[in-house]
Amino acid sequence: MKLYGGGKIITGLIIFFFLVTFPFFLNIGKVNAKPEPKIDTPEIQKLAEKKCIEPKAFMRAEHMKLLNDWRDFAVRNGQRLYVNSEEKQFTISLQNTCMHCHSNKKKFCDECHNYMAVKPYCWSCHIAPKEKES
Amino acid sequence: MLEKALTGSRRYWTWVFFLLAMVGVGFVNYLYQFKNGLGITGMSRDVSWGLYIGQFTFLVGVAASAVMLVIPYYLHDFKKFGKIVILGEFLAVAAVTMCISFIFVDLGQPMRVLNVILHPTPNSILFWDMIVLNGYLFLNIVIGWMTLSSDRKGIKPPAWIKPLIYLSIPWAFSIHTVTAFLYAGLPGRHFWLSAIMAARFLASAFAGGPALLILLALIVRKLTKFDPGKEPIQAVGKIVTYAMIANVFFLGLEFFTAFYSQIPGHMHPFVYLYAGLEGHGKLVPLMWASSILAVVSLVLLIFPSLRRQEGILAAACVALFVSLWIDKGFGLVVGGFIPNPFEGIMEYWPTTRETLIALGVWALGFLVLTLLYKITVTVREETAGIEIEH
Amino acid sequence: MSMNRRQFLKIAGASTLLGLGGASALNALRGGELEASHVLTDEKALNAKRWAMVIDVSKFRTEEDYKRLTKACHSIHNVPDFGNPKDEIKWIWTDTYEHTFPSQPNEYIEEGIKNKPFVLLCNHCANPPCVRVCPTKATFKRKDGIVMMDQHRCIGCRFCMAACPFGARSFNYKDPRLALKKEEENREYPTRTIGVVEKCTFCFERLAKGLVPACVEASREAAKAAGGEPGMYFGDLDDPASEVRKILSTRYTIRRKPELGTDPSVFYVIGGEKNA
Ligand code: HEC
Ligand code: HEC
Ligand code: HEC
Repeated sequence: MKLYGGGKIITGLIIFFFLVTFPFFLNIGKVNAKPEPKIDTPEIQKLAEKKCIEPKAFMRAEHMKLLNDWRDFAVRNGQRLYVNSEEKQFTISLQNTCMHCHSNKKKFCDECHNYMAVKPYCWSCHIAPKEKES
Repeated sequence: MLEKALTGSRRYWTWVFFLLAMVGVGFVNYLYQFKNGLGITGMSRDVSWGLYIGQFTFLVGVAASAVMLVIPYYLHDFKKFGKIVILGEFLAVAAVTMCISFIFVDLGQPMRVLNVILHPTPNSILFWDMIVLNGYLFLNIVIGWMTLSSDRKGIKPPAWIKPLIYLSIPWAFSIHTVTAFLYAGLPGRHFWLSAIMAARFLASAFAGGPALLILLALIVRKLTKFDPGKEPIQAVGKIVTYAMIANVFFLGLEFFTAFYSQIPGHMHPFVYLYAGLEGHGKLVPLMWASSILAVVSLVLLIFPSLRRQEGILAAACVALFVSLWIDKGFGLVVGGFIPNPFEGIMEYWPTTRETLIALGVWALGFLVLTLLYKITVTVREETAGIEIEH
Repeated sequence: MSMNRRQFLKIAGASTLLGLGGASALNALRGGELEASHVLTDEKALNAKRWAMVIDVSKFRTEEDYKRLTKACHSIHNVPDFGNPKDEIKWIWTDTYEHTFPSQPNEYIEEGIKNKPFVLLCNHCANPPCVRVCPTKATFKRKDGIVMMDQHRCIGCRFCMAACPFGARSFNYKDPRLALKKEEENREYPTRTIGVVEKCTFCFERLAKGLVPACVEASREAAKAAGGEPGMYFGDLDDPASEVRKILSTRYTIRRKPELGTDPSVFYVIGGEKNA
């Protein structure tokens, strides 16, 4: 079988390949910088048991869904207390609960999000914790 | 058929690139607005809708007006509209494109526009407006495209297109009725709280839209070999005349109710628009220009002997279109917000950026229109002399 | 690619899938291991069938009495002050009798009332036109009568502003953080961002914790300090024993534009002494 205009097709394919994989090339240098969210905040140090609101695996995978639910509970249903699977109570609040413990937003939330290239838009309204410029 | 839009004279391309440049300028300014917020417009806490929503309202009328050709042709078997009915349908496509774009540039949080679908709210008129506008866009694209491509092949359009055409008739009325309901159901905005709002909207639509169509048909005839015909243009002229008379009559009714009842809330917006209120009168010259142009156009249109001369008809259509544009695309929206709920006055005037964004959207609409008309005209030139029944 | 990245993508993918299902509140959480998690309202929370407010203008004497209310509200809610009427954002403010009650004009009204500032805020209408027109339910009426704003859902169409006959709503024409001083921010409450509408919420976040609205508290504190009665009362309109109902049954009160049928929940005591 003869490939008509084979040269053009192959050039096209190469360009296509580069375009598609471009994001990965961009990340080449960063692959090693895998995220290590730090939990060394004053508030967490004070905890007897270093536990989040729910089990770590759940938090890691589902915190966005949890936050979405939280804001509907608080803003739409007027429910402001969250009781976790161990019957422990937390006030439903992004700024006053999550960020109270995770007051190192840059070294915690941003660490992962930058790696994943997600940029939650929450902080255009919710006030991020005060941190030293790093 | 799309390829027909890709070949054309130098003049054609100059025009297309001119429009593209305008779209580009509008887009750059829109990016600036996107980043810095609607504060770059002239809108304020008191006048919270302005040029964008005015243009939207006006263009819904232009879109709805296609029905003024569809009804005579398909319901009354008025064969002479055979050639131009498609111009009306494609004008509707371009106009709805502009409507949707104007709504979009007016949103404070455009990224969240899908919330309207994710959280459907049938008690909101805006929800219904979204449905009817998108439906109308779809109907006109399908109808226009199918009839034109059948014409090109010299065959009858498929049978399933007929029900869609009949559906498009009430649909056209619905888009403008629903748009009027955006305004007419708001308590405390006396200027808009009027039962004849929808009727007024339709009357002005059936005057303004067909007037634009006459101008477009004349331009098409001048620039191309496709002649929409003298008679159809005269017939549309008659429609424009009657609709404009109805429109002015309805406006008169509003004046009567406001001033004979002497209810201050009803009078104030009219006073503001036509005479100025408490020393504020930015819109007065515009509104008077609109009124004078309306009278001029009516004089030229009402006498058949004048109307029959195409030059005069064209002048009348320009006057009428500008008059209605000022009245509906500007005065109607701004007037509703002045005075504000505290009887205070905060005036509105669009900023340069806002105007450039609005011009960009118009250019986008005209680009869509140009491409669609280019295709139509090319097909018509190819099939000149062959009449196909739809 | 390292293993870690792949793990991440898996987690991310799974969570988006989960996110798609279960629109209702706790579905995703209840899915598996978190059977027991649930939400409650605080026991301390203040509840009502229909929250309402009575404002007794005769109790306000000095300029300071009004400023205090606005300051209390605007500072805890991070309401910016742009200093111009075009971009202005306000939740609670004052205006003259003539502007507050434009449907009851009276040239010859008593001087004291003519020049007295009236406190204005969202009326939390029982039949709110803003809720009727909102295309996304971003503004909605809660079970306790509060007309609430969900900033997360607002698309900024400003239909609610056209619909509100009381001018209670403000739009963020500019980034509010431009007009907020970092030091003065209340770090426990969010700001807003460009392109959303905002207004008074009857301090729903304080009610949830058992506190009365900030303006009411400010007027109570001022009254205590000066040894008088406060100018603002807050309570359940549905409860005949509530403070607001007691005043409504003993004093002559009026509401703004009642003829429009929105049924406002904010009442004004204009003048005169107790007649009961
Ligand atoms: C009581 C303090 C506290 C609160 C409140 C809290 N966290 Fe945590 N969070 C922790 C601790 C401690 C860990 C580490 C858990 C572990 O290692 O098992 C953690 C872990 C996490 C993780 C997983 C990090 C990883 O390395 O995988 C996420 C994501 C997270 N938290 C998000 C949140 C969010 C979102 C909120 C608010 C809804 C929140 N946290 C509230 C203390 C808290
Ligand atoms: C263990 C890593 C990790 C940590 C720590 C973490 N996140 Fe995330 N977060 C993610 C990933 C991964 C996503 C994106 C998933 C996706 O695309 O669906 C995400 C998404 C989100 C989203 C939704 C964003 C969107 O655009 O949909 C929010 C909100 C969010 N995170 C908030 C937080 C907050 C607040 C913290 C700190 C308290 C935090 N996250 C800490 C990994 C993390
Ligand atoms: C347009 C501004 C805005 C944005 C953007 C925004 N929020 Fe909010 N959010 C608010 C406001 C205002 C409240 C009400 C605050 C209150 O009552 O405490 C709120 C409340 C909440 C609450 C519950 C109450 C509290 O105090 O935290 C949660 C949880 C929340 N938001 C999460 C989020 C998350 C997650 C994001 C990003 C994905 C986000 N918000 C983005 C304005 C915003």
